[in-house]
Amino acid sequence: MSTTVSQLDEVKTGPWNGGKSPWNLEYGKIMMWFFLVGDAFTFSAFLVYYGTQRFAHSTWPDADKIFQSIPGIAEHGQPLVFVGIMTFILIMSSVTMVLAVEAGHRNSKNEVVKWMLWTILGGICFVGCQAIEWTHLHHAGFWFGQNPGTGLEGDAIKDALQPYFTHDISYTSALQFANLFFTITGFHGFHVTVGIILNIIVLCMTLNNTFQNRGSYLMIEKVGLYWHFVDLVWVFVFTFFYLV
Amino acid sequence: MSQHHDNIAHDEHGHAEGMDKKGIWRIFFVLLALTAVEFLIALGFVHHWQILAKGALVNTIYIVLTLVKAYYIVAYFMHLKFEKSSFIVTVSIVFIFIIYFIILMLTEGNFLLNELHPHQLWENK
Repeated sequence: MSTTVSQLDEVKTGPWNGGKSPWNLEYGKIMMWFFLVGDAFTFSAFLVYYGTQRFAHSTWPDADKIFQSIPGIAEHGQPLVFVGIMTFILIMSSVTMVLAVEAGHRNSKNEVVKWMLWTILGGICFVGCQAIEWTHLHHAGFWFGQNPGTGLEGDAIKDALQPYFTHDISYTSALQFANLFFTITGFHGFHVTVGIILNIIVLCMTLNNTFQNRGSYLMIEKVGLYWHFVDLVWVFVFTFFYLV
Repeated sequence: MSQHHDNIAHDEHGHAEGMDKKGIWRIFFVLLALTAVEFLIALGFVHHWQILAKGALVNTIYIVLTLVKAYYIVAYFMHLKFEKSSFIVTVSIVFIFIIYFIILMLTEGNFLLNELHPHQLWENK
């Protein structure tokens, strides 16, 4: 009897030949990634449309002139400072989220609870700041389908919009700016809110010893992926609305 | 069948090696530094000292810095750098369509700027 095996009968051992997980990832984690890819497409579509509008207008409101206030400190003359604080809060909460995941790898329940609490606090601070920012813009006259020149006639429109433009003044581009700003930051803020709720749920599950009994803190990782994605989107929103 | 031991739970600890506490804080300082550079350009060079004007150059710098930040968040915080390469390709290759979409829509926007009936403009001042 020959001991050589013909090539066809050899057991293949490649990652896709069955018997093992080719990506070494748990199902839920893969599905979270696929959801985030889809969500990235939605945000991309919003931001690409924003870019299209900016290319289609010869003039656009100047972010430095629209975002000038630091609530409770300065009403005018401080461009970008408040949004800088918001950006810092969100990056910080992303770091505390990774620290929670890292603590989960070590099955250290108390540390997971501590870092999840910081992450939730960061998220709430961010949404609060965004609410203040929205209120401020709303009081200035910007809203969905509305800008400070809405309802005025002739040169009064120009005078109402003049503080927000560096170059030529256009009612249409101010209107597009308002619509896109509230839609995109609103959709992002909705994501942050959902993220906070998910974080609170996994915090409760941690306190309930659910993951301790399960022997794995994988759920923290999955919610963490979502949370980092929210931070990732903000990096782009920040660049295109406040810097460019 | 002997490959069965190579399952997910087993690899959990292998994954952890990608990021320890020191590594996490290192990435945080990279992100903070990149954001600080953006603010230095926006508030310092453009707004305060007016060395640079808003335009293609500054925008390109912002976008490059944004993409670098995005890389660090996805690769390290979302752990993608440490996944299997076939998974990295699976979730990232579709963004070719987004690049195409950006080129397509910005070309369209440029066309509309010249061809659409003009909106009323007021000269500033």
